[in-house]
Amino acid sequence: MLEVLIIKIILAAIVLFAVLNLAGFHTWVERKQSALIQDRIGANRATIFGVRMLGMFHGMADVLKMFTKEDIVPQGADKSLHALAPFFSVFFALVTFAAIPFGDQLVLGDRVINLQVADIDAALLYVFAMLSLGVYGVILGGFASRNNYAILGGLRATAQMISYEIALGIAIIGVIMVYGTMDLSELVRAQGRLVGGWLPLWGIFTQPVAFFIFVTAALAETKRIPFDLPEGESEIVGYFVEYSGMKFGMFFLADFLETIVVASLATTLFFGGWQVPYLMPDGFHFPWGAELSVPQWMYALLGVASFSIKGLAFCFLFMQLRWTLPRFRYDQLMSLGWKGLFPIAVANVVVTAVVLVLPGEAPQ
Amino acid sequence: MIEGTERPAARSVKVVRRPELSFWEKLYLPQVICGLKITTTHFFRNLFLHTAHLLGRLKHLRAGVTVQYPEELRPLMSRYRSRHRLTVREDGTPRCVGCMLCETVCPARCITIVPGEHPDPNVEKYPVRFDIDLGVCVYCGYCVEVCPEDAIRMDTGILDLSAYSREAMRLDIHELMNPELRKPLSACSLDFPHQCALDEGHMKGSWKSAH
Repeated sequence: MLEVLIIKIILAAIVLFAVLNLAGFHTWVERKQSALIQDRIGANRATIFGVRMLGMFHGMADVLKMFTKEDIVPQGADKSLHALAPFFSVFFALVTFAAIPFGDQLVLGDRVINLQVADIDAALLYVFAMLSLGVYGVILGGFASRNNYAILGGLRATAQMISYEIALGIAIIGVIMVYGTMDLSELVRAQGRLVGGWLPLWGIFTQPVAFFIFVTAALAETKRIPFDLPEGESEIVGYFVEYSGMKFGMFFLADFLETIVVASLATTLFFGGWQVPYLMPDGFHFPWGAELSVPQWMYALLGVASFSIKGLAFCFLFMQLRWTLPRFRYDQLMSLGWKGLFPIAVANVVVTAVVLVLPGEAPQ
Repeated sequence: MIEGTERPAARSVKVVRRPELSFWEKLYLPQVICGLKITTTHFFRNLFLHTAHLLGRLKHLRAGVTVQYPEELRPLMSRYRSRHRLTVREDGTPRCVGCMLCETVCPARCITIVPGEHPDPNVEKYPVRFDIDLGVCVYCGYCVEVCPEDAIRMDTGILDLSAYSREAMRLDIHELMNPELRKPLSACSLDFPHQCALDEGHMKGSWKSAH
């Protein structure tokens, strides 16, 4: 029992370490990627003993700055809720990672370790529950600030989340129907099968429409451009207008964390999670007949690497989208959600159901 | 309005219809991919060029339009009006003859000249005191144009003029004759007569050194 506890704590520590560092790293990526897109150079002045490291220390400087800044609570604000809101945001973004499998089983001696912090049967439900609760922090932040702009941001966040969560959930139903499980590690395992001996049965191939709906709706969940209406810095500054110091920093962090959550979810559901194409637990089985055996630890490591690379690629894609698209107008956002994504998602479920029921047509 | 007399303007009105989005444009997705194509092209082109620059290659292709200011200066036009300087004769004395034309023409009244009798009878006067208050100067260049002796120019190329006090924005004759000298010269008294604390009051190029 104690061993299990220690293993779980180590796994959680690994996930938290990776995720939090990646979120901090995102501030650098955001600066530099936008700079490269816009033919600029980007922040590069922060130094430690003359070492610039391409401006990577700016993130640290930011954190130091935020920690030493004055923490202002507006007069008439609900003090406890005001303090609680950023913690909610970060907390729900972080606990989501518990259910995401970042690798297959690792065999140490006679012990088999699932590379997933919590083996939950209905992991998908858990993830979406936590993702939905993430908006709670935003609404609380807007509500507790006692500021008209903040509450506007909070209300926008509420409406946006409700609208897009429906499309998101329905898009996922198609995936659940195809793979027949809500356990994320089972779902990833199911994506390892090959169709016709060469095409891995990833979600993107079985549910391409659901993938696009999922990415769009999930981007809306992250509250970043083009769906940053809760923030809308050029019109209402947003739900965190009354936050300063590290409390603001936590909202900022939650933003990046949610991006990473969505990236890992997109990887898990549609790009085979930790699956490496043609890699079975005993080694590579290429469709042209070649085989290459791989030790077990190598297999587990390759899985983690595969998951990380896919997740980082999605982070890159989301960042690229964020610096490509302008913000939606509010009515456009609503009509896209309700008139665009929602009907297509429902149609996708119906078509998937029909295809699955037709004998011989099922991809299983 | 009487019939047959419609205003000519009414006929020349051109109705521009707002372009309707085609089906593919309404789908968003192809357009999003078009946009991504542009940003991604820029991203990878600049990434490649930055890497090449680090390796010392392809230096003639710029990866960004940014000018890293304090280290890298933008080239100035030859007629750019930057900080003033007083030109000097071969013996190091100021070319200025204290005619007061620049002080008179200055629209901002930032120039203060106190003329004195020059020991050389061929030269009428010399500036005992020549101050320009850069906090007041509007950089119009009239002083340069009006000078009959080509004694004042605005070609130092010095742009980073800033100081912590209004006093420090005032240039005295030493700084004007020697653009290398930069504020803050807190030790240098700006009162008359100028006692430049640098070089123990014997600054080369000063009008004093001629005597």
